[in-house]
Amino acid sequence: MKTNDMNQPVVHAIFIVLAALCVIPFLLLFMSSISSESSIVNNGYSFWPKQFSLEAYTYLWSQKLAMFNSYGVTILITVIGTFVGLLISALLAYPLSRQDLPIRGFLSFLVFFTLLFNGGLVPTYLIYTEVFHMKNTLMALIVPGLLTNGFFILLIRTFFANSIPVQIIESAYIDGASEFKIFYRMVLPLSLPILATIGLMLTINYWNDWFNGLVYITEPQLFSIQNLLNRMLSNIQFLQQNNLGGQNMAVNLPMNGVRMAMAVVGILPLILIYPFFQKYFVKGLTIGAVK
Amino acid sequence: MMVPGLAYLIMNNYLPMFGVIIAFKDINYAKGILGSDWIGFKNFEYLFMTKDALVITRNTILYNGSFIILNTAFAIGVAILLNEVRSKFAARLYQSVILLPFLISMVIVGYLVLSMLSAESGYLNLNLLPMLGIEPISWYFEPKYWPYILTIVQLWKGTGYLCVIFLAAIIGIDNEYYEAATIDGASKWHQIRSITVPLIAPTITIMTLLAIGRIFYSDFGLFYQVPLNSGPLQPVTDVIDTYVYRGLMTLGDIGMSSAAGLYQSVVGFVLVLLSNYIVSKRSKENALF
Repeated sequence: MKTNDMNQPVVHAIFIVLAALCVIPFLLLFMSSISSESSIVNNGYSFWPKQFSLEAYTYLWSQKLAMFNSYGVTILITVIGTFVGLLISALLAYPLSRQDLPIRGFLSFLVFFTLLFNGGLVPTYLIYTEVFHMKNTLMALIVPGLLTNGFFILLIRTFFANSIPVQIIESAYIDGASEFKIFYRMVLPLSLPILATIGLMLTINYWNDWFNGLVYITEPQLFSIQNLLNRMLSNIQFLQQNNLGGQNMAVNLPMNGVRMAMAVVGILPLILIYPFFQKYFVKGLTIGAVK
Repeated sequence: MMVPGLAYLIMNNYLPMFGVIIAFKDINYAKGILGSDWIGFKNFEYLFMTKDALVITRNTILYNGSFIILNTAFAIGVAILLNEVRSKFAARLYQSVILLPFLISMVIVGYLVLSMLSAESGYLNLNLLPMLGIEPISWYFEPKYWPYILTIVQLWKGTGYLCVIFLAAIIGIDNEYYEAATIDGASKWHQIRSITVPLIAPTITIMTLLAIGRIFYSDFGLFYQVPLNSGPLQPVTDVIDTYVYRGLMTLGDIGMSSAAGLYQSVVGFVLVLLSNYIVSKRSKENALF
């Protein structure tokens, strides 16, 4: 039992204000996306537009090819990136967690050092573009995010080392199981909490990534949804230039509304699934905080 | 088993480390990176002779420094309050909502800020300021407001994450301490000061240490997306990351840009070692390594 409670109504009042501050910008975004263009032009973005209209969404629907294309790119890189990232992180972390690995200290240091020092953007960019020729390929959207600088590996390694009893591994050994079999049959199933956590973080990183797209991708077919959003944010003319609105340049397009509608379309999937993974996400953050 | 992961680390992390030689070369694509002429510290000289070096260093440190202080203070406050919410359901609801901004990409945050600040149609200019009788402001051309705007946006996006971490630490505190304190007649404020904060100090130290180690790196998205890369704002929004990016992608000044990048990596590295050393002097357990 907790004793000496704070005044509950006051605490709730503070949190209602805080929660409102977190939600209100999204509300403004949504309301603007269903405003008619003329009410945006006359009255600005507002929480209760003079005139509701779905013209922005109708317009987006007319551009569904480009929209679906970038959704496809995002989903593809998220699925592949999460799966491959998780796989190679676990594969690398597992031997590091074993006491009997030769040169274990050195290998751990190799991973740890990447957290402390890096070459910087320019050399990384040149390696990816000049040596591996990844500019304008899907690889450029997937590869840079795989291990996110060794941080995930250290988390997984700590989990393996602390939560999987050595005896289990030894007894499997005696029964004649190979290293891979032990890893696949014993270690992975016992590590679902950490794998789910890292998987979730990777998924969010890939879904939200716009930086790699900004740096490595110049071809519109390869734009992820975030990159499409990014181009539209900095340059509203992007719609016309890239054939997203090419056919009727003369007609007054619902540009301001479309911008906001695009943003809604970009957030929607995350907001919809958030309630379901919220619990795991919080757990994951907490695991991530412990060293 | 380790081959794919190690190969990846080498390619993604170690090869670029050798790439830092670019900072000491006069890059000429015809000759290739290795074939280009060595010019020693010339790139650094150019960099530090410009006003840019001072501005971006100052901005980077001032912004990140105030972010560290404000974020920590704010997140601890919210976490302590959240721990006081008695209704389980309400506590979970508040937590989810406060964490929401953390999930959203900076691009979207850029949109949210635009919907508030846009000159022709932003909410502030067309609805809020007229109510208060203030003339519209062209936010994206007025540098003086941006230190505040960026700080608020950063707090808005980052508090949820730190708050969850501190909350986890607070929940781990044994309830007996509070019961004993209550019997001794300690007020709530007293308990927070003498029990809660000291007991979550290790978590606070580690999070701060991690942040100080990265004080030379900035959230690129915050400084690039939120001000919409607006030219007039650069004196107050430019940080090392955005400078390096612009040098590489827009100006094509690879030498200077990689010199700035190396400057950032090296100083960042030294700062991690230094802050870790200081913490480990005071208490071994709280240090990172």
